[in-house]
Amino acid sequence: MSSRTETDARLPASMKRKTNKDNGIWRLIWKYKALYLISIPSILYFLIFKYIPLGGSIIAFQDYNIFKGFSGSDWVGFAHFAEMFKHYDFLRILNNTVLIGLYDLIFSFPAPIILAILLNELRLVMFKRVIQTVVYMPHFLSWVVIAGMSVAILSPTTGVLNQLLVLFGIDPLYFLGDNSYIRGVLVGSGIWRDTGYGTILYLAALAGINPELYEAAQIDGANRWKQTLRITLPALLPTIMILFLLHIGKFLDFGFERVWVFLNALNTENGEILDTYIYRAGLLSQQYGYTTAVGLFKSVVGLVLVMMGNLFSRKTTGESLY
Amino acid sequence: MYGAASKSYKTFNVFNILFLTLLGLMMFLPFLNVIAQSFSSSSAITAGKVTFWPVDFTLINYEYVFSDASIWRAFGVSVFVTIAGTMINLIATATLAYPVSRPEYVGRRIIVLLVLVTMIFSAPLIPNFLLIKNLHMMNTPWALIIPGAVSAFNFFVMHSFFKQLPPEIIDSARIDGCGELGIMVKMVAPLSKPVMASLGIFYAVGHWNAYMSALYYIDQPKWWPLQVKLKRMFETDDISIDPGASQFSDLAHTSPEGIKMATIIIATLPIIMIYPFLQRHFVKGLTLGAVKS
Repeated sequence: MSSRTETDARLPASMKRKTNKDNGIWRLIWKYKALYLISIPSILYFLIFKYIPLGGSIIAFQDYNIFKGFSGSDWVGFAHFAEMFKHYDFLRILNNTVLIGLYDLIFSFPAPIILAILLNELRLVMFKRVIQTVVYMPHFLSWVVIAGMSVAILSPTTGVLNQLLVLFGIDPLYFLGDNSYIRGVLVGSGIWRDTGYGTILYLAALAGINPELYEAAQIDGANRWKQTLRITLPALLPTIMILFLLHIGKFLDFGFERVWVFLNALNTENGEILDTYIYRAGLLSQQYGYTTAVGLFKSVVGLVLVMMGNLFSRKTTGESLY
Repeated sequence: MYGAASKSYKTFNVFNILFLTLLGLMMFLPFLNVIAQSFSSSSAITAGKVTFWPVDFTLINYEYVFSDASIWRAFGVSVFVTIAGTMINLIATATLAYPVSRPEYVGRRIIVLLVLVTMIFSAPLIPNFLLIKNLHMMNTPWALIIPGAVSAFNFFVMHSFFKQLPPEIIDSARIDGCGELGIMVKMVAPLSKPVMASLGIFYAVGHWNAYMSALYYIDQPKWWPLQVKLKRMFETDDISIDPGASQFSDLAHTSPEGIKMATIIIATLPIIMIYPFLQRHFVKGLTLGAVKS
């Protein structure tokens, strides 16, 4: 409502006089037709490439046949969803996805917060800049490259890491060829790649803290640790909550690429997640209806999680995404 | 008391510097290892002798990569997709974000909602795949560009940028007799150079590193981007060596690890080369995006 009056206020007075409500809107649209014209292609883009597939998700309720199409395929109701939970493969992979998501939440999420606080304590400007430059870098590597580097570094025979382990008297570990290490590798590679980059938003929030707060705390006799607990962390809390909510919404979305590039026959059992399963069973084995049901399940769970998280956050800290 | 506090703080500082140095090394040494391997002989690599410095320095790995036409081809596809893709991204994002940021645009809330929904709830893989197939975009580079033409997140970054432009700028241009298109080209476009640079970088790095969409939509080697080519090289393990090329004959008997490492370096070099420029912009772009939430 307020935007309408705002709009009217910016119209020339001569126009405002004549304007009655309906006529006014069309007149306004005609006057600024250039704005509408240039926005049409991208609006069409969203409708075609985002909303048509969303509508196409109805094949989750069909026995979809590529030759019969959407309208010709038989409806099966929730059969695919029921089938999902009877499937051993699905339950194992859901279990992997949840576990990897949990590890990611526990280990990857707090890492940038800690690193940002440590970086913020540095007084050596040059050193700080060098460290920042180095730790931001891995974020810009592709997952294919990271997997390739990992194969070289983690190799049980020629890898640097295993050479280091041998130096300490530990037998070489076959990190990428063993079900017991794959989840650690998946979460660890993410920490390696994104912790540095993840500090940027926290560092921006830290830079916004009023230095007088620290000075006052110092006079009151609070040491650096107490200052961190009482001033730094509360100042970061809004940023932490927002990023936490975004993270929660993506809980089952660990990411296709970052997992697919590490998978092999020896680690699939524990490493495979819903996204890679959807690709394997959907595109490669062409179970279109079933895997769309799996994908829809994933999206709905994500939506519910983000809404629940938002509600919880608004009640407790007053921060919310919307 | 004050002295004691500052003493323990000094100890903390020393440990902090040590810890961060160690962390920096953990981020950096893997690169050094890959670089060293790419310049080492295959026998030195298989013997596990290469750590952070080349052993039996050789350029043969790079010579091999440069002589492989399929790697060049994939490199070319990636360059094309990155340049064309980024231009389309920026134009498509700006031509939606700018009009919608103007108060004169009737229905801007609906458009914002339209974009927001796609950010929260995305369609599963198969309907997307069927759409690309039905549009006959399979096995064309357009399948790597068009489906991701506008990122919802970047739309919001640009939208908030345009929104905070002072309306006086637009009004004054109008008084000077500029039409809407004139305002856009003469006033808004020059002002939005910084945000374009930041988002352009995010888009470009995304295109260069993209692997998933090519895996889904491209199964003909002729349109493989570099990342797919690289992954194939890791998967197959037998890098087909052209028997006609005699200078590689000794290579054929040993491991192709060095070749893989050299390809990694070549695939990463463009990113490393623009990194100083990149670093100046991504911090700005990211903090700009945070303002809206």
